Amino acid sequence: MTAVQKRILINKIALSFSTLSAIIALAFLFWILGVLVMKGMSALNWNIFIYEGAPPGYEQSGLKHALVGQLILVGLATGIGVPLGILAGTYLSEYGKNSKLAHTIRDISDIMMSAPSIVIGAFVYAVIVMPMGHFSAWAGAIALAIIMIPIILRTTDDMLQLVPGTLREAAFALGAPKYKVIKDVVYRGAKAGILTGVLLGIARVGGETAPLLFTSFNDNFFTTDLNSAMPSLTVTIFNYAISPYEDWQQLGWAAAFILSMFILGLNILGRVILFAGKRK
Amino acid sequence: MIDKIFFNFTRFSALLILVIVAWIFVVLFNHSLEAMHTFGLDFITQDEWAPNLGKFGAKAAIIGSVISTLLAMILAVPVAMGVAIFLSEIAHDKIKSFFGLSVELLAAIPSVIYGMWGLFYFVPIIRDTFGGMGIGLLAAGIVLAIMILPFMAAVTRDAMNTTPDILKESAYALGGTQWDVIKDVIIPYAKAGIIGSLILALGRAIGETMAVTFVMGNVHKVPGSILDPTTSIPVTLANEFTEADSSLYFSSLFGLALTLLVMSFVVIAIAKFYFLRKARRA
Repeated sequence: MTAVQKRILINKIALSFSTLSAIIALAFLFWILGVLVMKGMSALNWNIFIYEGAPPGYEQSGLKHALVGQLILVGLATGIGVPLGILAGTYLSEYGKNSKLAHTIRDISDIMMSAPSIVIGAFVYAVIVMPMGHFSAWAGAIALAIIMIPIILRTTDDMLQLVPGTLREAAFALGAPKYKVIKDVVYRGAKAGILTGVLLGIARVGGETAPLLFTSFNDNFFTTDLNSAMPSLTVTIFNYAISPYEDWQQLGWAAAFILSMFILGLNILGRVILFAGKRK
Repeated sequence: MIDKIFFNFTRFSALLILVIVAWIFVVLFNHSLEAMHTFGLDFITQDEWAPNLGKFGAKAAIIGSVISTLLAMILAVPVAMGVAIFLSEIAHDKIKSFFGLSVELLAAIPSVIYGMWGLFYFVPIIRDTFGGMGIGLLAAGIVLAIMILPFMAAVTRDAMNTTPDILKESAYALGGTQWDVIKDVIIPYAKAGIIGSLILALGRAIGETMAVTFVMGNVHKVPGSILDPTTSIPVTLANEFTEADSSLYFSSLFGLALTLLVMSFVVIAIAKFYFLRKARRA
């Protein structure tokens, strides 16, 4: 074998290995998705949306409590996290720019983005649940908001910086005060990007379980009381999946399916908006 | 006037991040003081975790965290590298965008679902193949590997994609095969970025709770083999936080949370500030 043939052979082997690993990875991931869809679809029925949690063995048990609880928790977290994240991102991009403080905030926030979410749950437990003396939806929502802020901050910062400086200068030249320039020119220019960041942030916290385990805790019944423990899809999945009851496990799969579709939908929507915004 | 108010609002929000992070450290530290005073260094060197006796040693949880994460890295890194090479160099454009998108979407699937799949589908396979209970370090490592794979592959691909085309083209012009270009041009060029991405994924794996809680077993014992059920820091927190009944128990759990936060903070900071910053500068 000549040196060239040898190199071509090695090339083929190496590339085959790479392709093979891609196939293996995809096979595993589609296995998971397949199980999720099959199990989830077969467990789906109208009862799930009509009834709340029931003891195992009951015909009329559903996930209404968890679905509503999930929406409340994520909604509250969005209400707290999005304004703070966008304002903080605005500060970094429009006021702080390259100052030392701005860089420190960016760095710390970046680290926070990958910090273990269960630790944030422990923190919220210490500062909210312990003083209040009981689990609450507020605590869960605040834990989720803390996870959300760094994500929104980062995308807002990046997206605002993409708005050309000349646009700002043109607005300033017309005599607009800075807040007006930001509100009417910069935000408008970065609208699609910010919205994508918000959607991805919601998708990220929507799938979080760990920080809810000991903040909003769980409840098998329908509630809208923000001062009491609140069920969520994720914690319900966890509790039902580790339970020994067949019908609860079924409900767990249904919940997992609904949650995944919700999160994948948000992710796809975010990408579509970004793509459409770019094309314009 | 409004200008000032708006500016102060944005500055307040930005500073809030720093306040929250500092606050997290302070709160966790304060709450773990009791455990630190009671046990001192024994807290991380003893493995006896007996709530009824008031003894809390975190060694088993720390070892469980480290080994399950290492196991996941050993399994995931080669595959993720393969996927990244496939995505950035081998696949045709159409496959690339389909495959790339599915990898990114899979990274978004909640980890609780990976854990649930692991419990119902993977644990039985391990039980039948290797015997034992099925739940344990090996199951945790594998589920963790599958969970971080999409994220790892996506960031590694991004790092590889930073290689300028002109460098690759010159190597091809010299007669290099595709593999020669990957191994001698792309990997050396993107080395810092690739290592940074891998460590970043490691940082995520250490703190991952839900994917492993299902399959770890939550047994406070230093495992004799990777088939034994054991525990890790996040698993202990997830299982025991709502059960703690004494202030020392709580304090020990906060101590665990602090240990975990410091571990992942250090790992992520190394990835971000050493490797990824170097990659950006290059």
